Amino acid sequence: MHNDNTRLTQEIIRASGVNPSKCMKCGKCSATCPAYDEMEYHPHQFVYMVESGDLEPLMNSKSLYKCLSCFACIDRCPRGVEPAKLVEAVRFAVIRQQGADHMTPDDVPAKLNEDIPQQAIVSAFRKYRK
Amino acid sequence: MQRIGVFVCWCGSNIAGTVDVHTVAEALKSEPGVVFSTDYQYMCSQAGQDIIKNAIKEHNLTGIVVCSCSPRMHEATFRKTAAAAGINPYMVEIANIREQCSWVHKDMQTGTEKAIILGKAAVAKVNLNTPLTPGESPVTKRALVIGGGIAGIQTALDIADAGFPVDIVETKPTIGGKMAQLDKTFPTLDCAACILTPKMVDVAQNENIRIFSYSEVQEIKGFVGNFDVTIKKRARFVKEEICTGCGACVEKCPMKKIPNEFNLGMDNRHAIYIPFAQAVPKVATIDPNACNMLKKGKCGICSKVCSAGAIDYTQKDEFISEKYGAIVVATGFNPISMEKFDEYAYSQSKDVITSLEFERLTNAAGPTAGKLLRPSDLKHPHTIVFVQCVGSRCAACAEKGKEYCSKICCMYTAKHAMLVRDKYPDTEVYVFYIDVRTPGKNFDEFYRRAVEEYGVKYVKGMVGKVTPEGDKLKVQASDLIANKQLHIDADLVVLAAAIEPDKSARPLATMLTASMDTNDFFTEAHPKLRPVESPTAGVFLSGACQGPKDIPETVSQASAAASKVIGLLVKDKLTGNPCVASPNELMCNGCSTCERVCPYGAITYEDKEFMMPDRSKAIRRVAQVNPAVCQGCGACTVACMSGAMDLRGFMGSQIIAEVDAICK
Repeated sequence: MHNDNTRLTQEIIRASGVNPSKCMKCGKCSATCPAYDEMEYHPHQFVYMVESGDLEPLMNSKSLYKCLSCFACIDRCPRGVEPAKLVEAVRFAVIRQQGADHMTPDDVPAKLNEDIPQQAIVSAFRKYRK
Repeated sequence: MQRIGVFVCWCGSNIAGTVDVHTVAEALKSEPGVVFSTDYQYMCSQAGQDIIKNAIKEHNLTGIVVCSCSPRMHEATFRKTAAAAGINPYMVEIANIREQCSWVHKDMQTGTEKAIILGKAAVAKVNLNTPLTPGESPVTKRALVIGGGIAGIQTALDIADAGFPVDIVETKPTIGGKMAQLDKTFPTLDCAACILTPKMVDVAQNENIRIFSYSEVQEIKGFVGNFDVTIKKRARFVKEEICTGCGACVEKCPMKKIPNEFNLGMDNRHAIYIPFAQAVPKVATIDPNACNMLKKGKCGICSKVCSAGAIDYTQKDEFISEKYGAIVVATGFNPISMEKFDEYAYSQSKDVITSLEFERLTNAAGPTAGKLLRPSDLKHPHTIVFVQCVGSRCAACAEKGKEYCSKICCMYTAKHAMLVRDKYPDTEVYVFYIDVRTPGKNFDEFYRRAVEEYGVKYVKGMVGKVTPEGDKLKVQASDLIANKQLHIDADLVVLAAAIEPDKSARPLATMLTASMDTNDFFTEAHPKLRPVESPTAGVFLSGACQGPKDIPETVSQASAAASKVIGLLVKDKLTGNPCVASPNELMCNGCSTCERVCPYGAITYEDKEFMMPDRSKAIRRVAQVNPAVCQGCGACTVACMSGAMDLRGFMGSQIIAEVDAICK
């Protein structure tokens, strides 16, 4: 399967620590998922889409945010694939896309406010992939 | 000084194509000890062997080097040739100039140089070779079969048919094993009991077979041809030779709420019991943990009703010592525990059962007399969900499941599903599968029949969870082909539990010094070419103790193991391998390291009297090698810290001479 997402795929695999090729396509993750009906792409498809580098539809899908991170799939996967960790890594890949920086250092002083937790500013100030 | 002959083989063009054989033969002529050197097209042919024989006679050779193929191929051939010409077969060395030289090099010059070096090393070794004579040991013409399931039964029958006495040791009160618990057998659907029980009767009636039921192996000593085994015959509190198996005691026994192991606890038995009607030996056994008389000294009803007078509350465990020439391990398998698979609610609902429990539920001799009724309320289930691969192919959860495929589940699940649809067409049957694996004669046809003719609904996907709700089991599963999550209200859920070796296998392997894999399956001597032998001489493997197997495969392996045993027992004497470890007692410091590393249990320690340098006498603890048990692996020689252990035919000095010759 040809795609140009090799680098991104590898990054997601590295960041999540998940090896999708361990998947034996039994579908127990999808069988166990409580948010299944809310999803366009289901946990087993998730794993396969990352494995085959078919990332774009996944990154554009709301399914990413339907995962409750209940980790039932991680607990029950017979091969130790840990699909929920992949979901998390793909979410980050979406959030931290290049040029998606929310603010520059110059914006910081104006935002300082006693009501805003510092963590929020730190998060918003994150570097979004060079 | 040796008089060595060198024989360089062309192997057609296999060697001669990349190695200049004349140059090799010429170069080796000037090596120390070499008095004759030649080359020939096919050294292994009759003409080639004659060249060797004639040279040995003509030049009074004391040792020979054959530069040819791997010793695995023709070492035995050339040893025979040498022996026929009157020199000790262990004075032959092979320089492997084919696999290790001509086949791996393309350049004639490099190939030739290396062939000369390999030849020099072999010559250097022969210079230090000494004639070796293999020892002999007698063979006890009796076999021991550990385990009385179908594997042990078949092995014992085959050995007995060849005229050798066989003893079967079985831990349960009856032989028969797992097969006795099954209902029908795939793919022909003949009833398990109908084909098994005649064999059990054959065993009981065979003059050459003794059955030690309700017994276990306590201790194993000795080696191939000469095992000394102690068998513990547990007290069954019934005199086996008197009991007629009439069952009067069982009927009258007041303790009748004991979970029945044979029906996997789905019904009850009495404290005195006969596991099933066709049990062999058909003798009652008293369960000491349940019997009031044995626990509190009150009752004694069975003794009163027994007209044969077979009950004996004072019976003690008995220990029997016997000698055997060969031991067959046939300890079989068990389904793994389902307790840890919380998602399937096995511990929460009686209506979630394993496939073996399902066998009992459909068996005419089972707790429901063969009617398919669910255990909780004894109602007929209308929707049944079968889940395959429960605990099999489970790499993530070593504490729960097994990484391997259990092999038999696809077929028995197809059988169960088909039989349900056949007997109860109003029942909906789902089978959830990851893959359906049906390699075997008539196996795939059988599975397809379940789908096409019997309408079993096979769904590609796994069950994620089972939740008991009211009198239903809510099954949540995935259908990967429809890309849907399914919700099924089931009445009965059947789990195809992975199988594992019987728990007795590990301690038995230790007693036998037989090797096992990480899953506690016994390891075979060679995965393809010696599949029924353990690497430990005289120990053979039969059935599922070696790996998951169905009945046809088990029976084939059982007969194969029997033929290997017969091949051993027909011999009056065993010729050993003379290339065994031998300790230099004067150098041995008695540290026991070699004893610990020996995988075959060939090394023991002995206190011996030695004359010390000051002429006084002292008792020292020194290593002794039993040459009949030693396989010549050499582990002890590298482990020995004082350099006292050497391997005959591969002495440290010989190896160093080879290395020196190569490095010169």
